[in-house]
Amino acid sequence: MSVDKSTVVRIAQLARIRVPEEELDGLAEELSNILGWVEQLNEVDTDGIAPMTSVTEGMVLRTRKDEVTDGDCREAVLSNAPETRDGFFVVPKVIE
Amino acid sequence: MAALTDLTIAEARDGLAKKEFSSRELTEAHIEAVEAARDLNAFILETPERALADSEASDARRAKGEAGAFEGIPVAIKDLFCTEGVATTAASHILNGFVPPYESTVTANLRGHGAVMLGKTNLDEFAMGSSNETSFYGPVKNPWRRKGDNRPLVPGGSSGGSAAAVSARLCLAATGTDTGGSIRQPASFCGIVGMKPTYGRCSRWGTVAFASSLDQAGPMTRSVRDAAIMLGAMAGFDPKDSTSADRPLPDFEAVLGQGIAGMKIGIPKEYRIEGADPEILALWDQGIKWLENAGAEAIEVSLPRTKYALPAYYIIAPAEASSNLSRYDGMRYGLRVEGDNPADTYEKTRGAGFGAEVRRRIMIGAYVLSAGYYDAYYIKAQKVRKLIADEFSAAFATVDAILTPTAPTAAFAHGEKSGDLIAMYLNDVLTVPASLAGLPAISVPAGLSSEGLPLGLHLITNAFDEETLFRAAETLELAAKFTARPGDLTA
Repeated sequence: MSVDKSTVVRIAQLARIRVPEEELDGLAEELSNILGWVEQLNEVDTDGIAPMTSVTEGMVLRTRKDEVTDGDCREAVLSNAPETRDGFFVVPKVIE
Repeated sequence: MAALTDLTIAEARDGLAKKEFSSRELTEAHIEAVEAARDLNAFILETPERALADSEASDARRAKGEAGAFEGIPVAIKDLFCTEGVATTAASHILNGFVPPYESTVTANLRGHGAVMLGKTNLDEFAMGSSNETSFYGPVKNPWRRKGDNRPLVPGGSSGGSAAAVSARLCLAATGTDTGGSIRQPASFCGIVGMKPTYGRCSRWGTVAFASSLDQAGPMTRSVRDAAIMLGAMAGFDPKDSTSADRPLPDFEAVLGQGIAGMKIGIPKEYRIEGADPEILALWDQGIKWLENAGAEAIEVSLPRTKYALPAYYIIAPAEASSNLSRYDGMRYGLRVEGDNPADTYEKTRGAGFGAEVRRRIMIGAYVLSAGYYDAYYIKAQKVRKLIADEFSAAFATVDAILTPTAPTAAFAHGEKSGDLIAMYLNDVLTVPASLAGLPAISVPAGLSSEGLPLGLHLITNAFDEETLFRAAETLELAAKFTARPGDLTA
């Protein structure tokens, strides 16, 4: 699979990563190389094979009682925020 | 008596118990060693005050007769484990200034057993790399050098700072994490023991996530016994990790000394990969003889899809990473680069915060998960993963353990492979299959290359059979008699 510059721009948008224009060609080449290399998987016959979705096969996902086990730690939660006000996170304006 | 920094954990434990020295004295010796070896760049953050306080508290517990199983042992912590009140970076600029208000389960377990924390070790950014060259905080130097060549070498990765610190006697042991080989390959490059437990043995809670179906914490030590001791202090069921294994924790150390007489050791012919260093293949043959001399039977086994493990990994791991790393948006913690609107702020923050390798992997992940490509790449890779796991299961129906080399080469120089992504990825070609299958595996230092660099041998056992793994690893260790150590670091 060869990835062109416009595809790199689209992936960068999907990933929400700003990529400088001058780096797009290099990235297109790198991503093409990696995607071309992983395509050798097509040599493997996987008909009728169920995809492995869990390493701990046979283990049932545990559930717990739906009750409060944590909380009352607003200061700790906010302690790393780039900006806070009155006990809230401050984020860029979302609705114009 | 040997220098305090030369002790194994087992020896330090005995010396502390006999009051030959205190944890404070043991810790001071290591703090000095850390300061003297700053040129290695093994630590992102040294925490000497915390270490001294930990050691004094440990000595006080011991005086009261309350010593834990890991009491007073100074260790280094890979800077991927969140440590309460101590900055945690994952070697990424995007976690700039982040100080976790909570402690990871693995480090909490170690602390609970009495460990002393010397500092946070360097790593590849978000554990993505095999040479420790992708760290925002600069590359780590391997304490080892090629004979007659003073150029610095990489320590391997991603747990490169931990491996270098253990090898250079800056700590008695260190934590690592292993997603595709990130404990075992640096252990091989630095001449130490590195062990990845079965997926689910160590809780992932509070460890910065890379690829959640693969990430496992494990010990990095200077002996197999130390790895067994330390795993016991790290592992255990944790309700806060939904994939944590709810099963009893064996006494791993208790199985040592039992030998491997009568065991069947599988030798997978597909691991004799093209381009492997002939010296490493010769060491592998030597390893087979060592195990046979100890009474085991070597049996050729076939794991035909081995060559597809690495490409499958480079779909699955980036896919999970792109999802996991979506949380770094500059809103609640870490770096924020202001933009004109929220999307602009996200993009600028993530563009500035992630390094080149992390950016590449996130983009690969976003691509293989995107509409139209999901089945062709991601589901295909998961099917191949299933086949690889099934091949291991079939092999373990007839053998107790599998022996392979750890890495296809010895340590290389900085910059030597950074121009070729696939060549760099091939570092993990021998360790990734066990990761995909979630199996326990260990690298044991087994010999030196003709250039004087350490080489490791790699053992894999069935899920939750760490006991057999440690027994076979101890047998290798006893036969290999690896006593070489890196040169004088102050030169």
